[in-house]
Amino acid sequence: MSKDFSIHVEHVTRVEGHGNITLNVKNGSIEKLEWSVVEAPRFFEAMLRGQQFNELRPITSRICGICSIGHSLASLKATEDALGVKLSEQTELFRRLAIHAENMQSHILHIGYLVAPDLLGVGSVFPLIGSKHTDTVLKIVKLHRLANEMSDLICGRTIHPIRLVVGGFSMFPTEKQLVHLQKRLEEARSLTQELATVIHSVADKLPAFERETEYIALSTPKEYAFYDGDLTSTDTGTLKDYKKYQEITNEYLVPQSTAKYAKHHRDSYMVGALARFNLNSKQLHPAAQDVAKLFGLKAINYNPFMNTIAQLVEFMHNIEDSLQLIDTVLNQGIKDEKPVKPKVQAGRGVGLVEVPRGLLIHDYTLNSKGYCTKANCIIPTNQNHANIQKDMEKLVPEIINRPEKEIELTLEMLVRAYDPCISCSTHYLDVTFV
Amino acid sequence: MKQKPRVAVFDFADCEGCELEIADLEEEILDLIEIVDIVSFREVMKEHSDNYDIAIVEGSIMRPIDEQRLRKIRSHAKVLVALGACATIGGINKIRNQWMPDEVMKEVYGNANVKGNELFNVNKTKAVNEVVPVDYYIHGCPIDRDEFKHVITSIALGKKPEIPRYPVCVECKKNENICQFELGNFCLGPITRAGCKAICPTNNSPCEGCRGLIKKAETECVKEVLERYKLSYEDIRRRCTMYNYGREECGVDE
Repeated sequence: MSKDFSIHVEHVTRVEGHGNITLNVKNGSIEKLEWSVVEAPRFFEAMLRGQQFNELRPITSRICGICSIGHSLASLKATEDALGVKLSEQTELFRRLAIHAENMQSHILHIGYLVAPDLLGVGSVFPLIGSKHTDTVLKIVKLHRLANEMSDLICGRTIHPIRLVVGGFSMFPTEKQLVHLQKRLEEARSLTQELATVIHSVADKLPAFERETEYIALSTPKEYAFYDGDLTSTDTGTLKDYKKYQEITNEYLVPQSTAKYAKHHRDSYMVGALARFNLNSKQLHPAAQDVAKLFGLKAINYNPFMNTIAQLVEFMHNIEDSLQLIDTVLNQGIKDEKPVKPKVQAGRGVGLVEVPRGLLIHDYTLNSKGYCTKANCIIPTNQNHANIQKDMEKLVPEIINRPEKEIELTLEMLVRAYDPCISCSTHYLDVTFV
Repeated sequence: MKQKPRVAVFDFADCEGCELEIADLEEEILDLIEIVDIVSFREVMKEHSDNYDIAIVEGSIMRPIDEQRLRKIRSHAKVLVALGACATIGGINKIRNQWMPDEVMKEVYGNANVKGNELFNVNKTKAVNEVVPVDYYIHGCPIDRDEFKHVITSIALGKKPEIPRYPVCVECKKNENICQFELGNFCLGPITRAGCKAICPTNNSPCEGCRGLIKKAETECVKEVLERYKLSYEDIRRRCTMYNYGREECGVDE
């Protein structure tokens, strides 16, 4: 089969940020195939220089609207690590609730608003309203609203949280508010099961594609890791010293992208819900394991399109674990704790968290007056760019004889499956061209 | 029946959080769709059209290629709305304007050779109105969803939206908060434009000035607060380093 065609998707839609796909085929063979990030660079690491330790959190929150809670937590963990702050148990519990809330709002946004239209054969969620899928859309809206209101309650605001401060929280919700949230989370269980059934009925639209790769995520014997854990790879196991994270996240720059790429043990690796599932699935709550079973999702799964399903599985886990955390908080009673006041000192701190799109790392060096002299942020989407490119290189030859429109849609769906957050990923430091 | 105005949403350098606030309107988006047609909104829809009346522009302008794209958008649109702090005042992206573009390039890219690569050709950060004329402003980092609905509805109905020209303190007092200065914090509320329902001080955190500064004369109503804590407009102005870098007192919607 020999044919000539070219596909150029400028600014892939229904993803966060600006990325392009280029494919040129001549005589049936690929001349050029490129995933490129064209977002304007934003220079966060440069902007953090000279900022006081209290300002690092509100500034880095603005790296990303979708994962602003995750950036806030990575930032606080790095700052508190540098200043040697010991947090209260209550703060640790509420921070876990914050990360669950964000994971839920981001995952349901991706599953419902960004991916579902592909599975249901439409261009966006809008035409689904008034169609036979109205009921499904309303379920998605209800779950999205709950996740947002949970973020509001714990963090003061969904996008760019306010209550997350160095040493703790500026304010806590009341017990009455938490009891109300508990009831709503219980209702969300059955809604999520219903949504899983609907997605399952169209899951055959997810391409059956596989490529073996390395998966990296935080992992801990204590729990399915989001807020805390050790850097772990499916290829090489656990990294002992978290401050040496750069041994894993080797970043490099390619000329077609304003975002960095990363590689570790192979040409590329993947982070995100599927990576976490592949490393930690045994620690999922039974209700979440049931969702995985429904889709036949088992570790290790090498199909990147299943990332969306892994998100759905995690969504259920977030609900269940939040309910347990709220139980613990209510049994102990909420204390009116003020944030721990740090002793200002020079030092370096590194904060690692799992955010919706995967492993996020902030690394700050502070001087003796508490001002930042050097900053580095490792963003999940940057770690996935190379893996997206490598997936495309394996995927295109497998589908090259299909109609152009189908190839184009499949490539877009691949990018979307990673739930890329491109605004986040344009920022870099100390890079070299390859 | 008169045709509904056609709305397109565009984004430049930013976190896309303000667009997300639009998506977070949930069911209330349906009310908006009653009065406007959304014809382009890349973050949530695949369809795109260059035929629109109202362009909503989010983000700061960093590169010559972005300026070109913005001018094209302006030429298509009858009305242009700047959405969120990055677009209205340059937002936190202006922090880097204290250094020359070459310096930040070196700090972040090291010695990588990016000469001649237009993706990396960066100017100082600009707000949208430093490149093209802006008709309306929706302030905040992020925007307030109610204010967004108010502004878009007003434009669609041919009315002038009402944007507060008084300080955050007015809304903060209404919420019966303890003054941040009383708690020992430094707050930009007395000289920052209201309209956010004083959300930060209400969550026990000082105002960072994300909605831009009001004019000195408009702070008359908080004279007492300033006197109590022995502060002047200029004293607070000097502390506006996060959102209002390099800006003089201003009323951008004038």
